[in-house]
Amino acid sequence: MADKSSSNAYWAANVRLIKICLVIWFVVSFGFGILLRPMLAGIKVGGTDLGFWFAQQGSIIVFLILIFVYAWRMNKLDAEHGVEE
Amino acid sequence: MDQFTLNLLVVGATFALYIGIAIWARAGTTSEFYAAGRGVHPVMNGMATGADWMSAASFISMAGLIAFGGYDTSVYLMGWTGGYVLLAMLLAPYLRKFGKFTVPEFIGDRFYSPTARMVAVVCLIVASVTYVIGQMTGVGVAFSRFLEVSNTTGLLIGAAIVFMYAVLGGMKGITYTQVAQYVVLITAYTIPAVFISLQLTGNPIPGLGLFSNDVATGQPILSTLEGLVTDLGFKSYLTQSDTTLNMFLFTLSLMIGTAGLPHVIIRFFTVPRVSDARWSAGWALVFIAILYITAPAVAAMARMNLINTMYPNGVAEQPVARADVPDWVDNWEKTGLLKFEDKNGDGLIQYVGDKDANELTVNNDIMVLANPEIAQLPGWVIALVAAGGLAAALSTAAGLLLAISSAISHDLIKGQLNPNISEKGELLAARISMGVAIAVATYLGLNPPGFAAQTVALAFGLAACSIFPALMMGIFSKRINNKGAVAGMLVGLIVTLVYIFLHKGWFFLPDTNSFSDSDPLLLSIKSTSFGAVGALINFVVAYVVSNATEDTPEEIQELVESIRIPKGAGAATGH
Repeated sequence: MADKSSSNAYWAANVRLIKICLVIWFVVSFGFGILLRPMLAGIKVGGTDLGFWFAQQGSIIVFLILIFVYAWRMNKLDAEHGVEE
Repeated sequence: MDQFTLNLLVVGATFALYIGIAIWARAGTTSEFYAAGRGVHPVMNGMATGADWMSAASFISMAGLIAFGGYDTSVYLMGWTGGYVLLAMLLAPYLRKFGKFTVPEFIGDRFYSPTARMVAVVCLIVASVTYVIGQMTGVGVAFSRFLEVSNTTGLLIGAAIVFMYAVLGGMKGITYTQVAQYVVLITAYTIPAVFISLQLTGNPIPGLGLFSNDVATGQPILSTLEGLVTDLGFKSYLTQSDTTLNMFLFTLSLMIGTAGLPHVIIRFFTVPRVSDARWSAGWALVFIAILYITAPAVAAMARMNLINTMYPNGVAEQPVARADVPDWVDNWEKTGLLKFEDKNGDGLIQYVGDKDANELTVNNDIMVLANPEIAQLPGWVIALVAAGGLAAALSTAAGLLLAISSAISHDLIKGQLNPNISEKGELLAARISMGVAIAVATYLGLNPPGFAAQTVALAFGLAACSIFPALMMGIFSKRINNKGAVAGMLVGLIVTLVYIFLHKGWFFLPDTNSFSDSDPLLLSIKSTSFGAVGALINFVVAYVVSNATEDTPEEIQELVESIRIPKGAGAATGH
């Protein structure tokens, strides 16, 4: 069942990548944008603080980067494990 | 040429384009009707998803919501974009691999339970129907404001256009019209924003302008605005007023609600391959972000323009006299979106935070609708904004109508009532379901039920508490069985509905609520933010019940194995 163990490894790698991406997703929006905003209040950006920037703009930019990095990494992973279409 | 003729020409031209696409992109098979034959390029699908997702609320109302709500309303910006990260990683690629046509179909097959499928159908129909009412009323409003026809006539014209391309072309027709509608709506949104940003900051990119200096004073836009609103006694623009708990849960509810809305998910069934579904989610967010990064800039700049218009000599001096206001104020006063009431009889417009002394009431929607006039842009830009608002409402309505009609023809008729229906019979059933769904949506748009304003809470709450957890568990766990899934969905759904009803009234009937969102039942959790709690309950119940009952059958475990790997997606589409 070499096939089975390979697809298990593929899935484990996918889940690991998703976890890393979702930690970043959480930190930039819920973290920097909401929970940690008071701690970032000292860092000034264009007339306000870094937390405000993440809440209204920065988080969206990071979301975009995350999806493209995920799609690119997954394509490589698909090829490595021979499960691409 | 007068403004009315211009509006008519521009809106007429976009409608002619949509009808042209309807005739060109007819659907000949159920695969074309439900999933555009799975031949849509990922970038095109991203654009169509952008139009599908961005509704009349995103286009017309969101900037105004931010302009008057400040930092607290960042939850909409994060919530309505962050869901795409979840969609790209947790749902879209695997559901595309599964290769069927509807969201309830996956839930029914994975949990080997017609009951689960029917629960999903009910959630889908309730969420999508409430959502579509808002789009239909939006079409009526846009028509009556820009084209001088009655609300009813406007709505009927809009419905007739959707009927043409949705009934003829199904998903295929809807996809290509949505691409055209995206181009119209994003052009209409960004042109006035670019000019306003140039005038105020000298920077042509509104998203950068928001964090730049005001050319008039040399001070940053945001700190200048903060000074103006606090001097006038309004709520602060930059600091937080809502509780951290409620902001957190509201953002999370909007994110998982976005990822769980069926009309968005089915867009990813139209791309050829699993890897395309991942790319396409990224492209969708690119096209959505263009508007979502522009919106907060429009919000702050339009708010500043509004204050400067009312206080031409600065907020420390006397406000403007009623007789001296620019023409656009007069124009919008006629529509009722701006209201002026001279409470102290001095002939000046006092625009202040104190409700008893304030003499100017401004509707949220004006921040986008009056933008071209405030920036003194030519008439064709105003006409473009009219066409853009209509494109945003019609494209979302069409996507929702497809989700509703495919649930009826594919899940109810083929799945339950008549499994032996022929391909041709199902295609006819799909077209009839679409026609009926449009008729019902039009009727509800003309006679909106009292709860229409609560659609956001209801649609996102339902998608978040029932559909998203069921889909995610179906993909990421082999252990969740039929009993666990059904119990989780039902408990999550019931608890969320009861929480919404306790705050908004039972079935939204006025005065039947026991609590209000200003003083909610649990901590500071408003009913609009409860979807995330409902989802958590769904996960826990499904896990506990599944572990207490028998394991999932071998063939279901194999099904989960197969949707996890991209290989073989082409073969799985064969129906």
